[in-house]
Amino acid sequence: MIELNKDNFEEEVLKSDLPVLVDLWGPKCGPCLALMPQVEDLSHEFEGKVKFCKLNVAENRKLVISLRVMGVPTFLFYKGGEIVDRLSGAEAVPDAIKAKVRDLA
Amino acid sequence: MEKRELVIIGAGPAGLTSAIYGKRSGLDVLLLEKGIPGGQINVTDEIENWTGVIHASGAELADSFRKHAEHFKAEFRDVEVRSIDLSNGRKIVKTDSGDIEAEAVIIATGASFKKLGAPGEGEFTGRGVSYCAVCDGAFFEDQEIAVIGGGNTAVEEAVYLTQFASKVTIIHRRDSFRADRVAIERAMSNPRIDVIWNTVVEEIAGEDMVEKLVLKNVRTGDITELPVTGVFVFAGMDPNVSFMKGLVDSVGGGWIVTNERMETSVEGVFAAGDVRDKYLRQVITAAGDGATAAMAASAYISEQLHIQGLLLEPEHVTAFVFSSIDEPQARLASDIEKALAGTDARLVLLDGYRNKRIVEKLGIKELPALAEFKKGDLSRQQHIASLDEAVKFIS
Repeated sequence: MIELNKDNFEEEVLKSDLPVLVDLWGPKCGPCLALMPQVEDLSHEFEGKVKFCKLNVAENRKLVISLRVMGVPTFLFYKGGEIVDRLSGAEAVPDAIKAKVRDLA
Repeated sequence: MEKRELVIIGAGPAGLTSAIYGKRSGLDVLLLEKGIPGGQINVTDEIENWTGVIHASGAELADSFRKHAEHFKAEFRDVEVRSIDLSNGRKIVKTDSGDIEAEAVIIATGASFKKLGAPGEGEFTGRGVSYCAVCDGAFFEDQEIAVIGGGNTAVEEAVYLTQFASKVTIIHRRDSFRADRVAIERAMSNPRIDVIWNTVVEEIAGEDMVEKLVLKNVRTGDITELPVTGVFVFAGMDPNVSFMKGLVDSVGGGWIVTNERMETSVEGVFAAGDVRDKYLRQVITAAGDGATAAMAASAYISEQLHIQGLLLEPEHVTAFVFSSIDEPQARLASDIEKALAGTDARLVLLDGYRNKRIVEKLGIKELPALAEFKKGDLSRQQHIASLDEAVKFIS
C-alpha cells in the first residue's frame, strides 16, 4: 500500500487513473491496526484494479481535516479524483470494505 | 473438520486469561479474535485499577496480556466467528475461514458502546461522532466537545480529552455519576470540564461536520443547543452476541447468564467477562471470570473423557459413584471392589465429589450409588447403603 502525505496526495489520489481506496489510520487506534492486515490482503486481491493507499492521521493532521475526516478508522473511496463513498467507525468492517472496493473496481 | 479441546472466542482480558489457565491445565487451546488481542482496553487511555499496576495505558496492558498468553503457547487465530452450531450435543464454531469442532467453548466476546440512536449519529461518525477517545482525541485540539455518559469510561475519557480540547462538556441523563469517586473528583476539579445533568441528546446536527447538539432536559423537557465540533459516546453497552443470539440463556439485551462456574445454559459452553450478566464490568473481573471459565471447562473436558472411556465404551460396566471425602463411602468402595475380585463383573469407581456434573447427569440424588451401563447406555442406577445391597444390584 502507498503511504500518503501532503506532497503526494494529489498525484496518487486525485490524479490517479485507477480508482483509489484511502485507509485513514492512527497509531493509537486499535480498530485501525486490527483492520490493517485484512486491508493489505484486499490490496493484493484487487491489484491492478484499485489503488490502495494509507494515510497516517497523526502525521498529516491538516491534510486529514481538509478531507473532512475527524475520526478513524475511516475509508475514503475515490473515482476520477472525487470521493464517491466512505466508511467510518463501526461500519468499517472487512466485509463492508470489500463490498465497496468491488463497487469501485 | 478441525477438532480442538478448548476454543475461546474473543481475546480481551477474559479470553486471554482463559487461554493462560487453559494452557496451564494442559489443554489444547485455540483463541479466536477478529481484531488485535486486548479487547476494549485497546481503546482505553489509562488503567489504574488493575492490581499491582498503578498506572498503565490500555494498549500496554493489552500487550502484556497477549505476551503472557503467548508465553504459555496458546494458539491465536485472526478470524471472525459467524455462528455456533450446538445441534446433537456437538459444539461447532463456524468462522469466516472454516469450521472448528470444540470439546468446550468459552464466549469472551465482551461488549461495545451502544449507539445513542439520535438523528445524525450515523451520518457524522468519523466527522465528529466518535466512540474511541484515544483514536480520535487529537482531532479536537483547541475545540469544544461533548462526552455522553456517566460511568467510569465516560468520566475518565472526558478527563483524557482535556489534553486536546479546550472544553469538554459531559452530558448525563441522571443527576449523579456512576463512576468511582477518584474518577469523579478528577473530572469535577478539572477547569476544562463542565457537566450538564438530567439531559439527553435529541439530535447531532451540522452541515457536513458536527456543529452542535440539540439537548433535552429529561426533568423539564426544555430543549437547548450546545455548539460542539465533536461528541464522544460512552453511554451504555451492548454485549457482542450477534453471532449467537438465542443459543444460550440471556437477559436484557443479550447478556449471557452463567452460574459461578461460568457455565451457560448449554453444557460445555462457558461465558466470561463483559458479555456476561454481571455486577461489575472491569478488566480485573473479566480476568477472574476467564480463569474460572477455563478451569470449569478443563474439568468438563476431563469429565467427558472420563465418561467416554470408562462408562460408554465398554460392553457392560457398573460404576460405583461415591464421595471420596466421606470415609464410610470410601470404605464401602474398597469392600465392593474386594467382593467382586475374581468375578467377571466389571466395576469402575467414580469420585462423585470431584465429578459433580456426572452425578447430576446420571440422575443420582444421593451418594453412594451404583449405575449400570450396557453398550454405552445407562440401564439403571440406585442408591446403595451396604455391601449386601451392592452385591445384589450387581449380580
